[in-house]
Amino acid sequence: MAAPEVHHLFHAPIADHSFSADRSTLAVARDNNVELYHRAGNAFKLQDELRGHDKTITGVDIAPRSGRIVTCSQDRNAYVWEPSQNGEWKPTLVLLRINRAATGVRWCPNETKFAVGSGARIIAVCYFEEENDWWVSKHIKKPLRSTVTSIAWHPNSVLLAAGSTDGHARVFSSFVKGIDERPEPSVWGERLPFNTVCGEYLNPTAGWVHDVAFSPSGDALAFCAHDSSVTIVYPSGPEQPPQAVISIATQLLPFASMLWSSETELVAAGYDCGVYRLSGDANGWQLTGTLEEKKERPGMTEQREESALNMFRSMDLKGRSGGAALDDTKLKTVHQNSINTVRAFQENGGQVRKISTGGVDGRVVVWNV
Amino acid sequence: MSQSLRPYLSCVRSTLTAALSLSNFASQAAERHNVPEIEAQSSPELLLNPLTVSRNQEERVLVEPSVNSVRVSIRIKQADEIEHILVHKFTRFLTQRAEAFFVLRRKAVEGYDISFLITNFHTEEMLKHKLVDFIIQFMEEVDKEISEMKLFLNARARFVAESFLTPFD
Repeated sequence: MAAPEVHHLFHAPIADHSFSADRSTLAVARDNNVELYHRAGNAFKLQDELRGHDKTITGVDIAPRSGRIVTCSQDRNAYVWEPSQNGEWKPTLVLLRINRAATGVRWCPNETKFAVGSGARIIAVCYFEEENDWWVSKHIKKPLRSTVTSIAWHPNSVLLAAGSTDGHARVFSSFVKGIDERPEPSVWGERLPFNTVCGEYLNPTAGWVHDVAFSPSGDALAFCAHDSSVTIVYPSGPEQPPQAVISIATQLLPFASMLWSSETELVAAGYDCGVYRLSGDANGWQLTGTLEEKKERPGMTEQREESALNMFRSMDLKGRSGGAALDDTKLKTVHQNSINTVRAFQENGGQVRKISTGGVDGRVVVWNV
Repeated sequence: MSQSLRPYLSCVRSTLTAALSLSNFASQAAERHNVPEIEAQSSPELLLNPLTVSRNQEERVLVEPSVNSVRVSIRIKQADEIEHILVHKFTRFLTQRAEAFFVLRRKAVEGYDISFLITNFHTEEMLKHKLVDFIIQFMEEVDKEISEMKLFLNARARFVAESFLTPFD
């Protein structure tokens, strides 16, 4: 397997990152600004900066076809940035009407709408209103009981999944009259007026749901929670109990983000700093491995027993004594701190071939799946 | 390291490693605020169950995790009056310089000698695993420090008493 492509951009957390469709532009949330990097050879060079928010940015997403960038921040605002003639980015404020921090934003697959999760227990579904020439929002309120942590779109651009700190993953309809066409009936339901709850799934330990994801076909939903578990739900039809709810508990630290690389495989990453692979189908799922060679942290195992020998050796070599002698600062994973987001980087034939991860350590890494 | 200290410290280490899974979480109670939820205690669903790890009656650690912050409180061993005074002076010295330690809390939680407050901003700018190492090392060192101070104090007391009592021989 080819080595992952590591881009160490800066020493600050990356809350969210997004690549453009041609993979040459990378938008990265850094504190109150979004930085746009352009590929130059093998590296990414800082090209532009989107200023406008005055609190930490929590979400950034580039629409693959139109190239518009949407950002949201803890200052309760969201902006849509469009490139103007002279190469500058022009922001348009979105009327979110929320009174707490926005926590994440995603374009829907057909790019006519986007959804913003918030700490006000609201999901704002935003769309462009031609007659007033601005972005307006409709709110999904019920039955959210706590902050919305993550948002994922169904391929039909009408259904929306949201994870929340009340331990639930929910599937809503965000059908907006005049914007959307009537979706084809699916396993989630047939008639889908706005704010229909198509599914509501509680994590067994009621742990915070960190991320939700629809499978490529949209017929299965996966979510990861703070109890280090990943749950996959296969619904059977409207108003019926799901045909399978599979929960995989792991011995790792919780996953913060994940995506479906194909209909039978998930890639998840989070507080363990590594990227893990899970596979299975409606009959059962399991953790199948990691994308990097798993090694122990240096200085944690080998040092303990023969410490006298190591102590003298290190006093001899480094002039330091005792347990601190071995350099145990660097983790053996590529990311040196938690991973915040996992994104699809390259797809072909419905399969994700490459993914990108962005972490708290300021690295964006591109992996082969 | 004594036989009971090792499992105690490794238990604290794994508890802390798990508890330090923090995220940047803005307050859902106050607009445009971002506060440590473990201190604010405004939404019960954002707090996890507090956990106590005790080695014996004297020594224990309380770990209180939440979505964006963890409070770690340590009760240091105090076998007698002298150790009690020494621990009090020692923790007072540290807490008065709390801003130099970043993660140290100015006031200890009731029933404990010293408290640390680790927020997501600390885990973002410092390495998560080194923060755990720091707390563990502090726990290892503090007992040693206190008993050294006690020995030194006793030796000095003996010396002072001897030189004071020489004229009366």
